[in-house]
Amino acid sequence: MELYEISRSIRKKLIMMHYKSRTSHIGSALSIVDILVVLYFRILSVNPQKPSWEKRDRFILSKGHAASALYCVLAEKGFFEKKLLDTYCVNGGKLSEHPDRLNVPGIEVSTGSLGHGLSIGVGMALAAKRDKKNHKIFILMSDGECEEGSVWEAVSTAGRLNLNNLVVIIDYNKLQAYDRTDDIQSIKSVKEKFRNSGWDVREIEGHEFSSIEKGLKIPIAENPTVVVANTIKGKGIKEMEGKMEWHYKSPKKENLSDFLKELNSDEKSFHKKTD
Amino acid sequence: MRKAFIKKLTELVEKDKDIQLLTGDLGFSVLDDFKMNFPNNYLNVGLMEANMIGMAAGMSLSGKKVFVYSIIPFITYRVLEQIRNDLCYQEVPVKIIGVGEGLSYGVAGATHHSIEDIAVMSALPNMIVISPGDPIEVEMAIEKSLNLDLPCYIRLAKSGDPVINNSDIDFEIGKGLILKKGRDVLIVSTGNMLEVGTKVVEKLEKINVSTELVSMHTIKPFDENLLISESKNKKLVVSIEEHVKTGGLASRVADVLISNEIRIKFLRVGLPDKFIHVVGEQEYLRDLYGLTPDKITDKILEKLEVKNKT
Repeated sequence: MELYEISRSIRKKLIMMHYKSRTSHIGSALSIVDILVVLYFRILSVNPQKPSWEKRDRFILSKGHAASALYCVLAEKGFFEKKLLDTYCVNGGKLSEHPDRLNVPGIEVSTGSLGHGLSIGVGMALAAKRDKKNHKIFILMSDGECEEGSVWEAVSTAGRLNLNNLVVIIDYNKLQAYDRTDDIQSIKSVKEKFRNSGWDVREIEGHEFSSIEKGLKIPIAENPTVVVANTIKGKGIKEMEGKMEWHYKSPKKENLSDFLKELNSDEKSFHKKTD
Repeated sequence: MRKAFIKKLTELVEKDKDIQLLTGDLGFSVLDDFKMNFPNNYLNVGLMEANMIGMAAGMSLSGKKVFVYSIIPFITYRVLEQIRNDLCYQEVPVKIIGVGEGLSYGVAGATHHSIEDIAVMSALPNMIVISPGDPIEVEMAIEKSLNLDLPCYIRLAKSGDPVINNSDIDFEIGKGLILKKGRDVLIVSTGNMLEVGTKVVEKLEKINVSTELVSMHTIKPFDENLLISESKNKKLVVSIEEHVKTGGLASRVADVLISNEIRIKFLRVGLPDKFIHVVGEQEYLRDLYGLTPDKITDKILEKLEVKNKT
């Protein structure tokens, strides 16, 4: 299957999952779908049959509130059966709004509170170095998340230790829960701070597969890498794109057919630059 | 309870321009009007909770009356040392407003559950811990918090919580409220379990078990005198809380009973000492852990029968 087809089917699934569970954060999930698809189908060395395979690359979704997108990608990749997705946020189920590593295979770290993933990733990267292992650690953070002080402690340490097996992706969708991200802390200053701590800073278009893939392959020298992905919150559904309220709202029954139709009809224009 | 909080704070800020509200990027649809109408009394600090507590301390030391607002785990556990050193140790009366008490954010998972917060915050010297039972108690707690000269933590549910109290209650921080008198059983409730408490009372009264209900909205300082006087001549004391049974209301009640040599049957209703991995909405999880009116009533009857037999 082409990447855009995977992305499209995941977006459709997300519409249904958030409609049924009436949960928040669909905008946050839609903004990272393409990144996750490229990661799991082009970049990460993982084995769905052996989720604990020692040599696997590690992926941490530090913006845990977008777990629905990760669940979809893990199911698509074969970590668990797709029918499990229908239990998302269902009473008695396994798939919580924020991911729980003890509940489903493929989740490396339980997250949900922002600013935790990077430090854990730094620890994993350091352990890999000490064990002379070659796997890489990928961490996906939100742009707002970079306001957390703990992030900068981890950034500093990763730079100090030259952890070139560490790749951070920032989902720069410009909107956090209650403000425009650049109004609280500009992305320009974020990039400068990473650079000043000894990181390689890259930029990609977060909805163009070739740009994502190029940005995430890391034949680099000695530094950890941060990839700022230019994305759109709610990407794929015009009604949601770039709107803060879709951090909270979930699709209503009366909008379902329109949303799904929009995703169907958009296949040509959506990722045209990518394939 | 969130709406009650901001309604009261809006009333107060109109009279008192020293009031400041800092948020950690939360408050969509709750703080909107306040943000628009009182820009000099509001700041979204961003996702910088540790920084926010320190800033609140600084503003408070400069004469401001500061409220900080976020989801409970992010504004308690995450910033515990800032709270301990910058607020408690130095006696700086910042008001910490946490939302999502207990299992309010059910399906969000354990990162968002707040079931150890009373224990953690109560452990800090100088911290006043308030867990209001309904929107009326929230409004009163917010208003009275302005007079405190120590930091306080006010634990709120989400929205749509029912009003239980009359609007003319005599509310004091540190004094429990007797909602209904009774002879046989004393139920002491904290936080959003008050509604469940009223339903348990209805059920027990129907089968002629005379039951008293107390809303123990302040956990620290604890209203020891009320518990001593109201447990007198009762057959059973019951504590109910959406919190782990250790370190919260149950532990406080046990402390008072034991240290005052009150020998009485005691039933603790609360959550076990574990993280909840089962996914579920608040009502579902309450049922799973026996926090529903039916299940609590059954446990009380079981306990009473045992006593009758002996």
